[in-house]
Amino acid sequence: MTEPVLSTLGVCKRFGALQASRDISLELYRGEIHALIGPNGAGKSTLIQQIVGALAPDAGRVLFEGRDVTALDTSARARLGLARTFQVSALAMEDTVLQNVLLGAFAARGGRLGFFGAAVRRGEVRDAAEAALARVGLQDLARARTAELSHGQRRQLEVAVALTLQPRAFVMDEPMAGLGTSGSRTLTGFLDRLRDEAPILLVEHDMDAVFALADRISVLVDGRIIATGTVEEIRRDAGVRRAYLGETAGESGGEPA
Amino acid sequence: MTRETIFNLLLLGALLAVPLYARAVDEPYLVTLATRAAILALAGVGLNVALGQGGLVSLGHATFFGLGGYSMGVLASHAQGYTPLLTWPIELPGTTSMPIVWLVAVTVSGLAAWLIGALSLRTTGVYFIMITLAFGQMFYYFAISWPAYGGEDGLSIYVRNGFPGLNTLDPIQFFGIAFALLLLTLAFAALLARSPFGLALNAARQSRARVQTVGLSPYRLQLTAFVVSGMITGLAGALFADLNRFVSPTMFSWQTSGEILVFVILGGVARLCGPVAGAVLFVALEHLLGGIGDYWHIGLGVILLMVVLFARGGLIGLLAGRASVHD
Amino acid sequence: MTPLLLIEQCLNGLQFGVMLFLMAAGLTLVFGVMGLINLAHGSLFMTGAFAAAFVARTTGSFTLALVAALAAAAAAGALVEVAIIRRLYDRPHLDQVLATFALILIFSEGTRWLFGSFPLYLDIPEALSGTVMLPGGIAYSLYRLTLIGVGLLVAAGLYVLISRTRLGIQVRAGESDREMIAALGVDISRLYTIVFALGAALAGLAGALIGAIQSVQVGMGEPVLILAFVVIVIGGIGSIKGAFIGSLLVGLTDTLGGVLLPELFALFMPRADAASAGAALASMSIYLLMAVVLVVRPAGLFGVRT
Repeated sequence: MTEPVLSTLGVCKRFGALQASRDISLELYRGEIHALIGPNGAGKSTLIQQIVGALAPDAGRVLFEGRDVTALDTSARARLGLARTFQVSALAMEDTVLQNVLLGAFAARGGRLGFFGAAVRRGEVRDAAEAALARVGLQDLARARTAELSHGQRRQLEVAVALTLQPRAFVMDEPMAGLGTSGSRTLTGFLDRLRDEAPILLVEHDMDAVFALADRISVLVDGRIIATGTVEEIRRDAGVRRAYLGETAGESGGEPA
Repeated sequence: MTRETIFNLLLLGALLAVPLYARAVDEPYLVTLATRAAILALAGVGLNVALGQGGLVSLGHATFFGLGGYSMGVLASHAQGYTPLLTWPIELPGTTSMPIVWLVAVTVSGLAAWLIGALSLRTTGVYFIMITLAFGQMFYYFAISWPAYGGEDGLSIYVRNGFPGLNTLDPIQFFGIAFALLLLTLAFAALLARSPFGLALNAARQSRARVQTVGLSPYRLQLTAFVVSGMITGLAGALFADLNRFVSPTMFSWQTSGEILVFVILGGVARLCGPVAGAVLFVALEHLLGGIGDYWHIGLGVILLMVVLFARGGLIGLLAGRASVHD
Repeated sequence: MTPLLLIEQCLNGLQFGVMLFLMAAGLTLVFGVMGLINLAHGSLFMTGAFAAAFVARTTGSFTLALVAALAAAAAAGALVEVAIIRRLYDRPHLDQVLATFALILIFSEGTRWLFGSFPLYLDIPEALSGTVMLPGGIAYSLYRLTLIGVGLLVAAGLYVLISRTRLGIQVRAGESDREMIAALGVDISRLYTIVFALGAALAGLAGALIGAIQSVQVGMGEPVLILAFVVIVIGGIGSIKGAFIGSLLVGLTDTLGGVLLPELFALFMPRADAASAGAALASMSIYLLMAVVLVVRPAGLFGVRT
């Protein structure tokens, strides 16, 4: 059994009376897309925040490539290769597309950020940035201001920035949110090809995308993982159906709402 | 050549022209005014690195202005009194050499900025504003209660510091020094803004989360910017003390902090020459309106209020249009 | 330094502290509920002091003067809130700082234009002048004792207001989630104006009360404002409890520091040097306290996440 690239062990988090994460253990293996689904309020965001380092768990550990990263913050985990995209894009809106990617490219090189020499000058860093843009198909918009991009384009930009880090794993929070059908299809195709480069932990509501992409699915309900398995296994799982559809088990067909 | 660049060149050219004009019409006080504007502009350029590029609202930049001024004052008073600064462990004399005074001023303010920044940048935005304001006040009260260097009355300096090869007592040459330093600092600020560091700092201003996700530390970026900012304003303080041959606790006051902030905003925050436009405007207003009525601050307050509520880009924003994206 | 003197200084520190609390409570409330940093709070302090001095001079009644202070400050606060402040709630902090700084300029110069540059005097009323014999043989100023009383009363009153009344519930709810209470039908504009005016009234009251011990002059408010900021940083922004504890800490540190530090230095320095070194360090003591708290607790002692 190979080592997971990213895993949580017994992660717990409570906010006052609310137990947002109950003893959550999940794994992300090389070459896979592992989708995390669940009804609203299940605690997906809280879990993601603990995985990327934005929130400290009350108990439990987060392991990345064999290292215990529980005590590390977001930027430390990013330096180790844990890339993340946001549900609501976190980008430097006033800057151009190129500037946003350059940020990633410079950061990825480690070392100090120079005081002198234009950031946009020709060279290794710029090439890396432009390559990432080309991979997501945004190369023609390099000079555009990020604020003027469409929703889907901003999503692509976020992925491009993540790519410059040469990540070892992706954590993506609802990348399909707000995209139309064609946008979703494009991104789905892109993520499909991306899994070989680095595994993806995908939080998603869009079931078409989930069923098309996921190698495995974990279902989070009320802060607890109630099922983990392949697409087929999850579709048939009675507990999952109950959680999504309510009492009546044995309803025919039906994707979870 | 963008509109903004043209405007910047005209502005700097006009400032340079004032002393020459003053010499032509034999009105020496104009040279003093121009020098004052150049030095205040320098202080503003410093603030703008933290504020415009870093997004850090510092209400305490007078701290660095005052530290720079007092560095000069302390060194000069020991020099003019022929008493050493320290006798143990080594004997340190005072000095009236500008380069040394500047080096000391920059180092002292940089150190203070590092300490203050390290403490206050760990907190969220509003705390930062309050803490910077508080530290300015701390130095103010300290300067008042430390009698060795004048206390509340301030310290008069009888010598003008010297710069090798120049007659610094000549107002035009002193203006030249101030103006040259202003140009150098503007060039540095411009380079910084276009650099990788500037890119990251600017990104941190817009989205902390973005910067963290690429593996950088917003805290370290902002701290570095704050230190650079403090050092530049400290240099301005030393020059200011030299111009007036006087240092007083007022250099540390919240009013001074507020004034620097105000004219940077009026000139156009985050614009390269915003501080220059603002300082020139401020000195001009002070001179013209101060003569007419005693209550010109009310007018300043109203203008500021209008600008904040309705005209965010300041003077340069109005005249030069939207900021061009750094390319 | 006799124990008696020490106790007297503690009382002074307490008095200073509760007056600071009046300022800090308003500031922290406004920030907690509306997310607004208000530099003009010191101007409201000054407005209260000037209103009190003016009314006291014309009517001779201290009571009327206090009422005038409360009314003038609250009115000024409400006016400013409706005309200007409410445009700033959704603006970045920088805009709030600049706009309220502009207000300071307008208030200060306006007051100077109305009353001139010389300080006004507000006398301690006959009934409250003189000293009181406290247990232990300390003769303490009756007026200062009254101030302590008033301060504690206001603190208790605020506690009741926030925890027991409808307004208090709205305030507390507003501190957690502004959009939510609007959605629940609470009249946000009115709530905000009330909160702002309440803070202003407290500041004005503090101004009037302090005005009798110090002089009433333009610019008297800003040093107190900055101290209130220190209190809030120490206590945690948005927390009234923090403001209370913070004010007492600051008041005691400042007063006791001023008397104890020169004594401390006198142990190993000649008297004259000790006095000036002690005074210099004492002037910094509050800020050093703030720095220490920041190292240990960046969000303040009772910091509320906003």
